[in-house]
Amino acid sequence: MDPVKVIEIKKSVFADNDRDADLLRKELKERGVYLLNLMSSPGSGKTTTLIQLINRIKDKVRVAVMEADIDSDVDAVKIKEATGIQSIQLHTGGMCHLDAEMTRQGLGGLDLKETDLVILENVGNLVCPAEFDTGSCRNMMILSVPEGEDKPLKYPLMFSVCDLVVINKIDVLPYFDFDMDKCRQYIKMRNPAAEVIPICAKSGEGIDALAGWVLRELENWKH
Amino acid sequence: MHELGIVFYIIRDVKEAAREHGVEHVNAVVMNIGEVSTVVPEYLTDCWRWAADKEELLKGCALKVNIIPAVTRCDGCGAEYGTVAHGKTCPVCGSDQTWLLRGNEVEIKEIEV
Repeated sequence: MDPVKVIEIKKSVFADNDRDADLLRKELKERGVYLLNLMSSPGSGKTTTLIQLINRIKDKVRVAVMEADIDSDVDAVKIKEATGIQSIQLHTGGMCHLDAEMTRQGLGGLDLKETDLVILENVGNLVCPAEFDTGSCRNMMILSVPEGEDKPLKYPLMFSVCDLVVINKIDVLPYFDFDMDKCRQYIKMRNPAAEVIPICAKSGEGIDALAGWVLRELENWKH
Repeated sequence: MHELGIVFYIIRDVKEAAREHGVEHVNAVVMNIGEVSTVVPEYLTDCWRWAADKEELLKGCALKVNIIPAVTRCDGCGAEYGTVAHGKTCPVCGSDQTWLLRGNEVEIKEIEV
């Protein structure tokens, strides 16, 4: 029997994706397209928040949305009907996240010449999407009040990769044991640079602050 | 739940390495998995069996997992301590100015051919 030969590889499994993501970020910069990656648990109100946000900024910037889900096109249809902007649905085929290559394929389905800002609504999940760089310029996440203020402790990576944490469903604060101060403190523990914006996507409260953050980041990125 | 996706990345990287070295069959892939990498080794090996056997190059190929213990370093007092036992707060001085030294690896160490 032949002796076993060992070939050393010593390579991170995520190395290829990190490289793809950096390349995509560079290409988008050259084309003048800003990519914002939105992550959260299922049911935190991503789509409702996006509709409010888009209706607030669509006169100022040309927005397109990519909805990523394991199946169905309900989110893409909902966004298109409620805002009238370019919206496409990506299917991950069972995968729990998007990587840079899948994001690139999705961008190929949009008319980028007519777009300043692409918002990627990632698969609803607090674990896997945080591990795979999509090539986005900024990451934001939505934490909703019913989920509890302890999520930054339980899912540290998600909070450490996000530039903005939106806290949604603040209208139901009286009915839940959600401690806003503690939540802010836990977020800062994971990521001292993260901004926090409380909103209620249903009533529109806080959406102006969110729109302000998005437009400001976009402007800073251009210059 | 992301283990299957990670298995697909491993298969892609191993195929590439095999091509570079002119290897026709791989007997084992050795992984370094950090204790706090969020990868569950049992799920990884289960997904591996299912996916690897679909590839001629990897039929019957074993996936061996080395667990890398997680260690956190404290900027407050310089202590290094076990992350799983003590988390983010230093057990020596109580500081939360700490950072993960190792234990986040998801890395292909080597292949046996």
